[in-house]
Amino acid sequence: MSIIDKVILIWTSLPPLARGALVTLELTILLLGMGLVVGIFLALGQVYGSYPVSLFITCYERFFRSIPALVLLFLFFFGSSYFGFSLSPFLSAVLALGFRSSAYQSQIFRGAIQSIDEGQMMAARTLGMSKFQAIWNIILPQAFRLAIPPWSNEYSSVLKDTSLAYAVGVIELVREGRYIIVRTFEPMLIYIIVAIIYFFFTYAGNFILGFIEGKIAVPGYERKLGRRMGGSVER
Amino acid sequence: MSRDNNLLLTVDSLHKSYGNEIVLKGVSFELKRGETKVIIGPSGTGKTTLLRCINGLTKPDRGRIWLDGIEITDPKINMDSIRQNIGMVFQNFNLFTHLTALDNVRIGLIKVKKMPKKIATEIAMNMLEKVGLAEKAHFYPAQLSGGQQQRVSIARALAMDPKLILFDEPTSALDPELIGEVLQVMKNLAESGMTMLVVSHEMGFARSVCDEIIFLEGGVIVEQGPPEVMFNCPQNPRTREFLFKISELYGE
Amino acid sequence: MNFFELLREMVPHLMEGTLVTLQLTATSISVGFIIGIFLALGRLYGTKPVQAFCSGYIQFFRGTPLLVQLFIVYYGLPRYGIKLSSFAAALIGLGLNSAAYQAEYFRGAIQSIDEGQMMAARAVGMSKFQAVVNIIIPQALRIVIPSWSNELIYTLKYSSVAYMIGAPELMAQAKFIAAENFRYFEVFVVVAIIYLVIVVLVSRILDLIERKVRIPGLQFFQG
Repeated sequence: MSIIDKVILIWTSLPPLARGALVTLELTILLLGMGLVVGIFLALGQVYGSYPVSLFITCYERFFRSIPALVLLFLFFFGSSYFGFSLSPFLSAVLALGFRSSAYQSQIFRGAIQSIDEGQMMAARTLGMSKFQAIWNIILPQAFRLAIPPWSNEYSSVLKDTSLAYAVGVIELVREGRYIIVRTFEPMLIYIIVAIIYFFFTYAGNFILGFIEGKIAVPGYERKLGRRMGGSVER
Repeated sequence: MSRDNNLLLTVDSLHKSYGNEIVLKGVSFELKRGETKVIIGPSGTGKTTLLRCINGLTKPDRGRIWLDGIEITDPKINMDSIRQNIGMVFQNFNLFTHLTALDNVRIGLIKVKKMPKKIATEIAMNMLEKVGLAEKAHFYPAQLSGGQQQRVSIARALAMDPKLILFDEPTSALDPELIGEVLQVMKNLAESGMTMLVVSHEMGFARSVCDEIIFLEGGVIVEQGPPEVMFNCPQNPRTREFLFKISELYGE
Repeated sequence: MNFFELLREMVPHLMEGTLVTLQLTATSISVGFIIGIFLALGRLYGTKPVQAFCSGYIQFFRGTPLLVQLFIVYYGLPRYGIKLSSFAAALIGLGLNSAAYQAEYFRGAIQSIDEGQMMAARAVGMSKFQAVVNIIIPQALRIVIPSWSNELIYTLKYSSVAYMIGAPELMAQAKFIAAENFRYFEVFVVVAIIYLVIVVLVSRILDLIERKVRIPGLQFFQG
């Protein structure tokens, strides 16, 4: 293919790739959201719950973090029909990766909550707040701010993991790319463009999260907070 | 207890141990309304533990506590509501880091006492004025000096209109030049009739403002009495020894 | 057939697959280790163009999905004359990917070493190169162990993606058996258990090694 043909190919590939990218983003946002809600509950359960509760959550975490994402996808996808109901590929991807993300996010939030000085809880109780009020009004707002840097990492990881949904038939970015390649036989070119699109979304997302972090930061505290929670939660 | 209507706090035979370490071995004393008492003693867990037993952050192993006629060590008591009547000021301030000074002071009023925001804000601003920090109302803790933070935390405790305020070494974490402003606020408070229980080694404060000094050592009250007696002619040799050590360190 | 008969049939195949998985993991993480160290050193001590290249490499491999990287190697290269077996392509893809992550861990470890160490080495007369090789790297290697353990587990899990380009590892064997018997869910439950067991075992072993190699008194950089 000549250069002109390549350029034309790139141009005509953009619409379907954009479609796929949209699906990828949908997947990402949905499962991050699911992971967030479940993850916070799990984190609270681990920090403030009774021993059997926190033991269960630890096992849950361990389970979802030790099994490869691809295996989990298959488990959900095939498992649904095994148990008698059918899940669309998209839904099984959201559930599988969503639960997986909840395990990682629960770790992030647990770390954030535990890194808050216990004096904060004490002061809240001395004002007469119940444990619940203290957690809701004092602990969680601070934990959220602390959690943003590792959460950005989680966003990147999840974004990349959505590519695995290809394996259960979801028509996201990679699959759209594959369809184009099957017709036009330019794998290197198309996959590099796909890679660039992922790259762009990773950066855009991190940029937005960084912006948000700046906006809700507590004046005077930025540097101290960032240092403490600097580490990434490994996948 | 029908003895004295003036009696605000009664502590009876408090015992507390952590594992093998016995921290409180039967501590008893009383506080009348409007009194200020200072607890002194070697550093260790006893004094802080005592304060925390009083506001329920720690449960004593044995012993009972009455606040204004109500036995607060009774397991059926809801400590959350009792704590609205007992204020606490901490050594490291424990201001809520994500809230402004004003928010810190009024959050208890809004969330716990369920006051409407307008009234809560009025009261909070009054309190901040009382401690001399009205202009810093919209500053965050990280933007305030240690002394300012501590004064805000006193305002926060005051805003709840408590019957009693507990102070846990309020000036120990402050740079020397900032101690004065906090002690001044505490003095004003004591003189205006607030009932205060203060753990501290600021002898100047103890001498000038408090009604009684309690010397706690080894988990028991070794001696207690008015400042003139304690400083000039303490009965117990250990008291004498401790006060001597303190005045050496703090130059009083 | 019932579950246990199925189990008996799958086990030999799955063990074969597990072996390949382990081989793939071990080789690609080693490849990643070597490339990673060079990348880290290049980023820290190299000339401007070298730094730019290393930085770009790391950002690319960390910012794009492993699946896409594997597809590029396996499907993209043949157009330029390089035809690779799926195992080889998986090896290269995983290795290059791992190198980027390992490079960042090394960089972090090296940067956490007090700069006094470098100064002292130069003061003794060592060249930059000698200082790096004799003083910095040995310390960095110890510091990096926790992160490296993480990377090993990560590679172990993500080797499963090699299935997508046809590498004959555990997932591929599982799919084969599942398809033959139409028992997808059960087969993958067993696969999940196998991964679980391997990951937990490897984590334990790594923990033990970490403890053995610790230098008394030296605080490790976490993460």
